[in-house]
Amino acid sequence: MISANLSAIFYLISGILFILALRGLSSPDTSRQGNYFGIAGMIIAIVVTFLSIGNLSTILVYVIIFLVIGGAIGAFIAFKIPMTAMPELVAGFHSLVGLAAVLVAIAAFLNPEAFSLGIVGGIKLASLIEMSIGAAVGAITFSGSIIAFLKLKGIMSGSPITFRGQHFLNLILGIAIFVLIFYLCKIQSANIFWTVVIISFLVGVLLIIPIGGADMPVVISMLNSYSGWAAAGIGFTLENTALIITGALVGSSGAILSYIMCKAMNRSFISVILGGFGADNSTDDSKEKKDQKPVKSGNAEDAAFLMKNASSVIIVPGYGMAVAQAQHAVREMVDKLKKNDIKVTYAIHPVAGRMPGHMNVLLAEANVPYDEVFELEDINNDFANSDVAFVIGANDVTNPVAKTDPKSPIFGMPVLDVEKCKSVLFVKRSLSPGYAGIDNELFYKDNTLMLFADAKKMTEDIVKNLDK
Amino acid sequence: MEIDPFIFRLSIFILSIFIGYYVVWSVTPSLHTPLMSVTNAISSVIIVGAIIAALAGSSEDVFSISSAFGFIAIVLAAINIFGGFLVTQRMLQMYKKKKDKKK
Repeated sequence: MISANLSAIFYLISGILFILALRGLSSPDTSRQGNYFGIAGMIIAIVVTFLSIGNLSTILVYVIIFLVIGGAIGAFIAFKIPMTAMPELVAGFHSLVGLAAVLVAIAAFLNPEAFSLGIVGGIKLASLIEMSIGAAVGAITFSGSIIAFLKLKGIMSGSPITFRGQHFLNLILGIAIFVLIFYLCKIQSANIFWTVVIISFLVGVLLIIPIGGADMPVVISMLNSYSGWAAAGIGFTLENTALIITGALVGSSGAILSYIMCKAMNRSFISVILGGFGADNSTDDSKEKKDQKPVKSGNAEDAAFLMKNASSVIIVPGYGMAVAQAQHAVREMVDKLKKNDIKVTYAIHPVAGRMPGHMNVLLAEANVPYDEVFELEDINNDFANSDVAFVIGANDVTNPVAKTDPKSPIFGMPVLDVEKCKSVLFVKRSLSPGYAGIDNELFYKDNTLMLFADAKKMTEDIVKNLDK
Repeated sequence: MEIDPFIFRLSIFILSIFIGYYVVWSVTPSLHTPLMSVTNAISSVIIVGAIIAALAGSSEDVFSISSAFGFIAIVLAAINIFGGFLVTQRMLQMYKKKKDKKK
């Protein structure tokens, strides 16, 4: 058994290693090393916990058995999961952190002696507040992530579910949680504690159901942040430095990601949370436009011809590429183009896909070198000097309306200046509007050639035609 | 008058938020997905609490109600720790530069 002071120092070391793990992600070169720091930090934290309890009896064997069971499940998932399913996986993992926080808080409430927080019915006031906040945030994280998971997996419809008085109900429930925690501190009744947990589960569900599919990058980042705050709450209860540091890191990380995502959509965080965006998309106006304006459509042969005669091509991938699993076909196409001495780069909008960095991971999976992949602000000026933009599975993020029409719901959102290219190839299944429910003006430009097909099939056809 | 230890923990917490703020802004956007999976893994350090809860039982009564919650939490957190770190590793392995593209 090691002293409490010594173990506190080790927890601090493990907290520092976690900071270094995130620091490593500043560049792909150092990222792998960073991940090892993270693993080392985790091992230190777990081993120190065993040593500081010192109760190395038969129970320890059970603990290790459960640890191994969980580890085996986790490792199995990590190796089996396809990269396109990454958003669901992350949402699923968030839910586990949330639930673990709830369970630890419950265990601490039922057996406060084990955590030296007082006795049953006489828990220290500060600890009681910390553990109920930890449990409440954890419960919201859990049920919210489950809903996000179901939406991303397609089990639940991605369209927002709204009803009257929804926000009012959330407000009431939120206030109820605070009031109940207040009473819990006074009378320490277990029933109130359970009620807090149950209401929090409900709030998690209610918070996420009104938020639609394309706002998922914000939702996932937000839940990431919540899972951090839940961990920090438990960290305060357990008086554990490693947990407090980690909780703060994760909490701020998720908050920053949410901010970046909101900014990339030119939406306020509040409006995303309130949800309902894209619910009423079938305006007659846009339908009329479709009939009036002519659209040029082409086939794989035309596309191959255009690209073969170009000297520079920019690929603009979006969620559609992930759905169609077209990333490998795209890479193949790019390889062919490069053989013909055509310069090819990739342009990625921050909210392309269903989670931050989604497209980058898919392209990396298809062996696209990361130094060919550029973010919006780094590449946007290059469109004007490029011959062909190949838009695959992206829509709203290329819509010029965001720059021209102040009445448009996406006005002010930073978009990729795709229309400045000499010609634009737009792979899409139909002319239907994107998530924001607005028509993409790009479809009707003179220099746009629509390729109506499944993203993967079209790309494969273009590859065949490039060989000719 | 002595300072409550809570204040020290609060100080650590607030300073860590600042560290997190600066560290996360320096993360390159192309690694935002690995960032999420690794933050997932490290926030499962909550397993520390789960282990304390689980070990609180006595040898005669290993799965008392509170330690049972601890054991379940151990499994959940362990899934996250192993799954999170390994899937991050898998992703990071895919990020390659131009020169080592031909493998």
